[in-house]
Amino acid sequence: MASICFYFQVHQPFRVKDYRVFDIGRDSEYFNDASDRSINNKKILNKVANKCYLPANAVLLELLNKYPEFKISFSFSGVFLEQLEMFSPETLESFQKLVATGRAEVLEETYYHSLSFLYSPEEFRRQVRMHRDKVQELFGVTPTVFRNTELIYNNALAMEVEKMGYKGIIAEGADHVLGWRSPNFLYRPKGTDHIKLLLKNYRLSDDIAFRFSSKEWAEFPLTAPKFAQWVNQVNGNGEIINLFMDYETFGEHQWEDTGIFNFLRHLPEEIYKHPDNDFVTPSEAIERYEPVSELDVHNYMSWADVERDLSAWLSNPMQHDAIKSIYALEEEVLSTCDNKLIDDWRKLQTSDHFYYMCTKWFNDGDVHKYFNPYNTPYEAFIAYMNALQDLRLRVVGHPSYAKKIKVKEIS
Amino acid sequence: MRVLMFGWEFPPHNSGGLGTACFGLTRALSNRNIDVLFVLPKKVGVAASFMNILFADERKVKFLEIESSLKPYVTSESYVRERDKFVAEVYGNTLMQEVRRYALRAHELAKKESFDIIHAHDWLSFLAGVEAKKISGKPLILHMHATEFDRTGGQGVNQDVYNIERESMHHADGIIAVSNFTKQKIVEYYGIPAEKIIVVHNGIEECDYMNIPNKLSELKASGQKIVLFAGRITIQKGPEYFVRAAKRVLDVNPNVLFLVAGSGDMERQMIMEAASLGISDHVIFVGFLRGDDLNAAYRAADLFVMPSVSEPFGITPLESIIAGTPVLISKQSGVSEVITHALKTDFWDTEDMANKILSIVSHRSLWETLWGNSREEIKKVNWDAASKKCIDYYEKILCACGIPTETRYI
Repeated sequence: MASICFYFQVHQPFRVKDYRVFDIGRDSEYFNDASDRSINNKKILNKVANKCYLPANAVLLELLNKYPEFKISFSFSGVFLEQLEMFSPETLESFQKLVATGRAEVLEETYYHSLSFLYSPEEFRRQVRMHRDKVQELFGVTPTVFRNTELIYNNALAMEVEKMGYKGIIAEGADHVLGWRSPNFLYRPKGTDHIKLLLKNYRLSDDIAFRFSSKEWAEFPLTAPKFAQWVNQVNGNGEIINLFMDYETFGEHQWEDTGIFNFLRHLPEEIYKHPDNDFVTPSEAIERYEPVSELDVHNYMSWADVERDLSAWLSNPMQHDAIKSIYALEEEVLSTCDNKLIDDWRKLQTSDHFYYMCTKWFNDGDVHKYFNPYNTPYEAFIAYMNALQDLRLRVVGHPSYAKKIKVKEIS
Repeated sequence: MRVLMFGWEFPPHNSGGLGTACFGLTRALSNRNIDVLFVLPKKVGVAASFMNILFADERKVKFLEIESSLKPYVTSESYVRERDKFVAEVYGNTLMQEVRRYALRAHELAKKESFDIIHAHDWLSFLAGVEAKKISGKPLILHMHATEFDRTGGQGVNQDVYNIERESMHHADGIIAVSNFTKQKIVEYYGIPAEKIIVVHNGIEECDYMNIPNKLSELKASGQKIVLFAGRITIQKGPEYFVRAAKRVLDVNPNVLFLVAGSGDMERQMIMEAASLGISDHVIFVGFLRGDDLNAAYRAADLFVMPSVSEPFGITPLESIIAGTPVLISKQSGVSEVITHALKTDFWDTEDMANKILSIVSHRSLWETLWGNSREEIKKVNWDAASKKCIDYYEKILCACGIPTETRYI
């Protein structure tokens, strides 16, 4: 039997505006671009809501109503949910309706969609807690399965997440880690006792997410019956097919006129044509299946680019400089107890900022350019570092900072 | 194939990028076994020994010099001033007379020499090219390194120059533009159909920039960050935007030194501007530099800025990158089509320019990433690739003119 496990990542960062050096010390709003550029967060959110979230939610709700056993899961970043509350409450409501069916599971992640696990385990735990609270507040559910930002994963993360009480974790089914093994089973992360690992079937996932409308692809056009046939081929040598992708695949990366919504609409009926197939949520899969073996992932992997590593966020000196600079402020920022200041600092931790600074363009060029709202990675870096400099001034100028310095001097 | 090529300057006696481009292109063409007859109007004269040194072994490029006081890259107004310096010489009274004189000599030359195709660089040689075509019946290709609109910054376009450019281009069999930026201008301002124009970006050869001396190391050791402008100080190159951006930078960070390398009709005005902004001690006018001196300036700098108002191509940023310094270039340039790893700005946006300059001087990581990537990127911007495109284009034009392959010289 093959179970399909759908998981959609839904995330929008707070993009930094064209913050110039002359704004430092004068303007502490970093994320409020109001131009026509694609760094205008409100504009982007509304655009994507209309092209993707609202129509895709409508299709999924229709499917959940039609098929009582149809199931899906979502991972919403906290910064995304916050933007829904600010800019599009109607979209938030439509997500709430899906979750209210009881068949759309919500996964845990860091509130700020950050790389905090790599730089500060304490901050990581705080952000996971914040996310838990936000999901509880908006959806009334408590996640039990964790997925880290952009499926960044290694053994240490699995151990940490197990300690935090989660029963499952999600990662990329990268070839360099799996080797001859199949992503279509559950695994046990090395060094853990009971947490279970679900791995993305990246071939089938990317057939939908990346290749769906590609005319150069030999399988074009992809239809629901064809895809169901590929799923059926797994039957007998796998238990679960994890289809993990950006939710924006539907309507935003693959536009409506590619037929992506019709594909989604007809997929369950084709899958159900084979009596052994069904749909599961990640936590159901964890209940139902046992790990087939241990998986040792020492180095970080992710779902980004062909390398499936950290290089999308951390491969050039600018990216390292920027991320080190933001985490270096941790102690000082937190000690101000200034919520706005702390929130701005955390919004600057979102992984997208570092992704925009990526200069690894020539192999993965198109993807990086497509996802970059800045003209160049250099402009992304410049705006970010200027904003960070302002943030630093706010910390140093904060009354509690002066107090702290005094205490230090006395002692 | 033999090409009769009309130019007007050649290193080391060049005032700008055109001579460098002709040098790079002809050398690459001869490496690809194209026989080039290079015609040069001569005033001060290109050192024959220089050419012999470079081409003696192959002798594929032969230089023909014509007496004339042509000066490229100057507007026709400043030409008159330039020309007056050579009072001892007796030449035509106006620039147009000089141009026609060059064309007359071309007429004689085209009668004598045998060749397959004519290739003329920029407007001063266009009439010569047209004349050679009339006499020989061979196809004519015009190479646009700059239009009158670039040279004048769009202000005070000289009608006669414009007419020569326009009529010659209509008369030509094919046109090579140094960028899409220039191609668009030709279509828009000269009414040439886009199909008649191909784009061949200029190139650069690393081997020409070896062993750069460390001439400015003491200046560098003072600890100040150095930002360099190198180009003619004329309206086209946007020096005033550089000076204004310098002012904005210095408001925030006084530890930056601005070098202006070049000369031109706006030099005095720029010196005055820096003085009136109160930044004379941070803006140094070093005069016209060439060769090792210019390369040393590139190397000493932390950032090279090209704020051109309208730059058909712009070879200097590539030279700077090879010498070891990343670049900030105006979006109104052809070179920005071939380098993605550059900081880019609108020439008029001095706030943005200053913002980017300040970021480069304060973040080493930005400098490293930018320079490292640009250094890799420009490896593919070479004259060999450009010459290949030219040769393919020669073939295409010869074929379009119905000239069979068997008739080619060599």
